[in-house]
Amino acid sequence: MIETFYDVIRRQGVTRRSFLKYCSLTAASLGLTPAHAQKIQQALETKPRVPVIWLHGLECTCCTESFIRSAHPLAKDVILSAISLDYDDTIMAAAGHQAEAALEDTITKYKGQYILAVEGNPPLGNDGMYCMPGGRPFVEKLKHVAKDAKAVIAWGSCASWGCVQAAKPNPTTAVPINKVITDKPIIKVPGCPPIAEVMTAVITFMVAFDRLPAVDSQGRPLAFYSLRVHDKCYRRGNFDAGQFVENWDDAAAKQGHCLYKLGCKGPTTYNACSTTRWNDAVSFPIQSGHGCIGCSEDAFWDQGSFYDRLTNIHAFGIEANADQVGAVVAGVVGAGIVAHAALGAIQRAAGKSKTTEAANK
Amino acid sequence: MSVIETQGFKLDNSGKRVVVDPVTRIEGHLRVEVNLDGDNVIRNAVSTGTMWRGLEVILKGRDPRDAWAFVERICGVCTGTHALASVRAVEDALKIKIPDNANIIRNLMELTLYAHDHLVHFYQLHALDWVDVISALKADPKKTSELAQSISPWPNSSPGYYRDLLARLTKFASGGQLGPFKNGYWGNPAFKLPPEANLMAVAHYLEALDFQREIAKIHTVFGGKNPHPNWLVGGVPCSLNVNEVGAVGAINMESLNRVAKIIDDTIAFIDQVYIPDLLAIASFYKDQLWGGGISSQNVMTYGEFPDIANDDSNKSLLMPRGAILNGNLKEILPIDLRDPGEIQEFVTHSWYKYPDESKGLHPWDGVTDPNFVLGPNFKGTKTNIEVLDESAKYSWIKAPRFKGQPMEVGPLARYVVYYAMGIPEFKEPVDKVLKDLGLPLTALFSTLGRTAARGLEASWAAHKMKYFFDKLMANLKAGNTATANIANWNPATWPAEAKGVGACEAPRGALGHWTTIRNTRIDLYQCIVPTTWNGSPRDPKNQIGAFEASLLNTKVAVADQPLEILRTLHSFDPCLACATHVISPEGEEVARVAVR
Repeated sequence: MIETFYDVIRRQGVTRRSFLKYCSLTAASLGLTPAHAQKIQQALETKPRVPVIWLHGLECTCCTESFIRSAHPLAKDVILSAISLDYDDTIMAAAGHQAEAALEDTITKYKGQYILAVEGNPPLGNDGMYCMPGGRPFVEKLKHVAKDAKAVIAWGSCASWGCVQAAKPNPTTAVPINKVITDKPIIKVPGCPPIAEVMTAVITFMVAFDRLPAVDSQGRPLAFYSLRVHDKCYRRGNFDAGQFVENWDDAAAKQGHCLYKLGCKGPTTYNACSTTRWNDAVSFPIQSGHGCIGCSEDAFWDQGSFYDRLTNIHAFGIEANADQVGAVVAGVVGAGIVAHAALGAIQRAAGKSKTTEAANK
Repeated sequence: MSVIETQGFKLDNSGKRVVVDPVTRIEGHLRVEVNLDGDNVIRNAVSTGTMWRGLEVILKGRDPRDAWAFVERICGVCTGTHALASVRAVEDALKIKIPDNANIIRNLMELTLYAHDHLVHFYQLHALDWVDVISALKADPKKTSELAQSISPWPNSSPGYYRDLLARLTKFASGGQLGPFKNGYWGNPAFKLPPEANLMAVAHYLEALDFQREIAKIHTVFGGKNPHPNWLVGGVPCSLNVNEVGAVGAINMESLNRVAKIIDDTIAFIDQVYIPDLLAIASFYKDQLWGGGISSQNVMTYGEFPDIANDDSNKSLLMPRGAILNGNLKEILPIDLRDPGEIQEFVTHSWYKYPDESKGLHPWDGVTDPNFVLGPNFKGTKTNIEVLDESAKYSWIKAPRFKGQPMEVGPLARYVVYYAMGIPEFKEPVDKVLKDLGLPLTALFSTLGRTAARGLEASWAAHKMKYFFDKLMANLKAGNTATANIANWNPATWPAEAKGVGACEAPRGALGHWTTIRNTRIDLYQCIVPTTWNGSPRDPKNQIGAFEASLLNTKVAVADQPLEILRTLHSFDPCLACATHVISPEGEEVARVAVR
């Protein structure tokens, strides 16, 4: 008999009281009501662990490193209890033939039931041989595993957008995974890397609810990517009051004023950094004195210097979602945002911003 | 089939060829092929970097102040160390001096990486080469507790603690979903630990996975996040303010207290868990002293942790710079990263093309021109390679050489150099470990020696964090809060042409970034990273690199289970995204793209 998540954590000495608290915290962190906490609880009590295959293409492993920083839940508990991480070349014990056998075994045994998590992306140049695990193009391995997956998670900006190796001139023709996986729902969790607790929340949500999280027109979970860093920034008051850091380490910097004039991309970046914050909420880039570089946005490497100031940002913005911002914000760096925000508005108007379809755009 | 003699090794590829691909529990993608003789002894080894991203060409034309963010993404495991090398290279080119506090905070960031990276490597990437998880199921919790308490005061050691863990593991193993432990080499005769030591190690595997999160928070305090914290040309982006208006908006007493506590906890974890585990495990494997490779011949370190800001001479570096060639421990050679004759890269066996492949090129003269061709004896097809032909090109990694010779870099290389220099804080712990294990100095030149050096270094780094933290507090007491020098921030102040080099001693070894800046934009950017040195393929003289040399003459217990191969490769902590970042032109067009 395959044990459930609940069995496992109870066996680990977690009390029922702590378990219920965990469920309500998870619901709260996802912005859900107490009624949803009950659903999470029921799901975790009754479901076997979901097999996950975690592939690595062209990448830097920062997503894996971020994942293991998760404070709630701990990566240990996700790996040992919430999911069954059947293949992940960064941590698995087996190598070579034994590793590949484990992969094939899961694909066969759990056909249509496993989740494929992808870190990095496939290069298409040189017949795909710029990334050749097992002596074959990574893109083939990716398609092979995707074929029988239930759903796909694109970890980080590499899998979601292309990220640094796809920055101009993209020497290896690296592409986001939705360019080669076209028949499966893909949940994009961008960021370089994504926030640890966002990663574990997305996967826990999928396990608990047995469905995909609601996403925007770009395939990003609404729960974490529907507001700009700027919208919830604790330095927003300084922005609105016109209190700006003019130079590194000046008097305003020592008081934590707004970093907009030093190039902060918070006003055009959709991510949870200013709310969830990083590493168990210790800090986030702006709190530690450096502007946001926009690492969860498509093509953020190719929007001018990280220290170039955004132009035409309205000084007194009101709460705005991605689509509304698209209507009012235009700027050098904001150009990309405008384009996809407008796309979002069109789709919303057509009533098409539902999860599966949108994720494949 | 052929026999090649080089560096005192004999390479014979006539025996049974075994391919390990992917090599797991590393960063990035690595393949290794070996030939076994009739006694299952490795007589030939071929290591291949199997990925390539092209970051340096992406940097061409960019703002040099942005470069750290791009190159930081070379690697998320060694996070921050490429950024440090980059800001140093740009500051060198633009003659920018950084404030003392920025130097201290950068040292704290790099030491944090050392402590974090070494700990995660030992438990999450390396431990399963020595620890049999399934054997742990046979352990007696009471005896495990006795073992744990006999070697360390670490509090999580009661019989009840181990009983609970055993119950959890037993149920996990019987549940049918082994996850990352599936198809491991459990029961292989090369595993030597008794069940109780295995259970103790599994407990600490899980505790280390929890604890590493804490260490990384020092990056979050000063750099805003981890992985990939933020850096700044001219200093560090955070400001210090402990007793003025608005201190809550800067690094203040609360954040400094957090850092101080993490440092104390890190010292405790490394000294009470990591080091005792390392010694306990080593005591069961101390008769397995293979895997030394070229560590007894050629080792090198660029040095790290300047005690004096903007001074990278050996009087300032807490880890000095130096190289040893041909096993001559009596002579520590200086290293000049600017000398076109000292550090060069070759491509005879790499998937690149030079106008004259008999010669190497200094990074400032670097050429990277991809050329994916397979030798006449390879087996398979161009997109389904079964066996590579090492007589031709066989890796995406270039072959760097120091004065024409391959070098080993990393913790063991550093400990060999500093032992030879007679620096007490490195030499004394080595002598003590060897004495406790009853081993001669030559035992250091082994797979086990590499793993042990990394552990000792993690402890050294954790204690040095405290040293630099105290220096930071002393500066604050004296009223010195400066963290950035903005004199040359504006590109209008820069010369039309400039060139710089940034050296860094990363956890995995010597790291260099070379750049030229023209009209305020990057004109050339080249990196030679630790795994390029260690994972180097052969050169025009057929000299082998550290990975290949270290695998030779090792007996494999079970021919189709690469346990010993993984053990030795992991002892280097390979980082393949780092090693294979080099440039290429767009698409399939093959052209010369990076000429100075």
